[in-house]
Amino acid sequence: MQWLTIKRIFRAGFLDFLRNGFVSISSILVMTVTLFIIGMTIFTGVILNTALQQLRDQADVSVYFIPGAPENQILQLQQTLQARPEVTSVTYTSQDDALAQFRALHQNDQLTLQALDELGVNPLGAVLTVKAKDISQYAAIAQFLQQQQQQALQAGQTSIIDKINYFDAQHQEALSRLQQITTSAQKLGLVIIIILVATTVAICFNTLRLAIYTSREEIAVMRLVGAGQTYIRAPFMVEGVLYGLIGGIITMLLFYPLTYWLGNATQDFFGGINVFTYYITNFGIFFAIIVGTGVVLGALASFLAVRRYLKI
Amino acid sequence: MIYYDRVTKIYADNSVALDDVSFSIEPGEFASVVGHSGAGKTTLIKMLLAEERPSSGSVFFESVNVHEVPMNRINTLRRKIGTVFQDFKLLPNKTAYENVAFAMEAAGRPEEEIRSDVPHVLDLVDLGDKMNNFPSELSGGEQQRVAIARAIVNQPDVIVADEPTGNLDPLNTFEIAQILKKINDLGTTIILTTHNKGVIDSLKKRVITLDRGKIVRDDREGKYIL
Repeated sequence: MQWLTIKRIFRAGFLDFLRNGFVSISSILVMTVTLFIIGMTIFTGVILNTALQQLRDQADVSVYFIPGAPENQILQLQQTLQARPEVTSVTYTSQDDALAQFRALHQNDQLTLQALDELGVNPLGAVLTVKAKDISQYAAIAQFLQQQQQQALQAGQTSIIDKINYFDAQHQEALSRLQQITTSAQKLGLVIIIILVATTVAICFNTLRLAIYTSREEIAVMRLVGAGQTYIRAPFMVEGVLYGLIGGIITMLLFYPLTYWLGNATQDFFGGINVFTYYITNFGIFFAIIVGTGVVLGALASFLAVRRYLKI
Repeated sequence: MIYYDRVTKIYADNSVALDDVSFSIEPGEFASVVGHSGAGKTTLIKMLLAEERPSSGSVFFESVNVHEVPMNRINTLRRKIGTVFQDFKLLPNKTAYENVAFAMEAAGRPEEEIRSDVPHVLDLVDLGDKMNNFPSELSGGEQQRVAIARAIVNQPDVIVADEPTGNLDPLNTFEIAQILKKINDLGTTIILTTHNKGVIDSLKKRVITLDRGKIVRDDREGKYIL
């Protein structure tokens, strides 16, 4: 396409945008609402994900060692575990630490503490607490630990592992419940987001179609005067892009005070994530998504809306 | 130059708009098509502009079958035909100047040419002082003169005027007829549809009379007879 034609298309688009003041303003408003809802779903998604992640982080598997198990063997096992790709962290609690924790836990229970003192020796074994990336991976980790235990037993030695809490019925139940809750919450969130976004996009499409419907006679006149299809269509797309661009910028401006205001609340409420910090640190990508969506939506809606009136 | 070959148009509701119509128009001719409302005058014009397709038969413009031109190239054919309509069909969001300039821009003409030709053509129809008015700020006669300026600015081979005086008072009607006659004197072929007896009788040019979709008369130097 020639430079002259491109220049004319942009000039016509800008002029129509200015002269159709009322239509432009209402289109920008609808575009802003659409992009605002898309932005809100992004924030909601991020908050939901962090909240669920925190819930998942509650899960772990603990390995209890027999009292007096040699520390170097335990640390060796810790290293082996840490090397596994699905493991995020392995925390070692030594015998002494376990005892201290036990005392702290029962500090108001004199009877138990007295009984402990009576024993004279530390009856508690060391503990390794394993955290995995995903709840479903705990089964494999537990199985690996059990194998270690059995290998030792087969070799005729006593295993240093006393107990793996994964094999407690209660613990397994709790893990699977947690898994269920988090996955269904995620699915539900996704469905709600899709419905919301689809609805607003449809409304936006319809508004732009109505805006162009008012120009259908003009389009017919342009055709009869001898204008090509692209030459008629492109200025409408320029207008659509302008709606998206301006709507996107307004949305981004709206989110600044909104996230600032909500920032601390979300941090306290959902734990961890501050939407304002998130907005500031991810501003670039956020801007690209919101404004980009607006521009593509505007151009596409105009492109499709003009098509039906060009058939003359 | 223009040749209608046994053109029949039957609309979806089975009403017959044109019934086996054949005629030809030579370059430089001024042909008026007359008839009552519903006689098929507008359908005849729409056929030439490829706004409507014939049910049977074909329409040739400069030996090109109009209805075999694909949709995305029909605009190049339309640039050779200037059009004037009863309801003016100006672009409401553009000034008189921009309406005329649009036809040139759409044809890809350079800016300098537009800047010199548009005021010239608007002067020709006596609207030099109202170039920057929007259509809503112009009278019916003025709007129709803008439409004529737009139709002639690309120097088309033919001007098609479909009831151009239908919405105008007698004085404006007379002026428009005179402008069309002047354009014809400069060599442009003109097809005019009208049911204004005064216009036809004053022109003293060829008259094709349509009645219920059929040509009933075709006179070299005709009068309005119905």
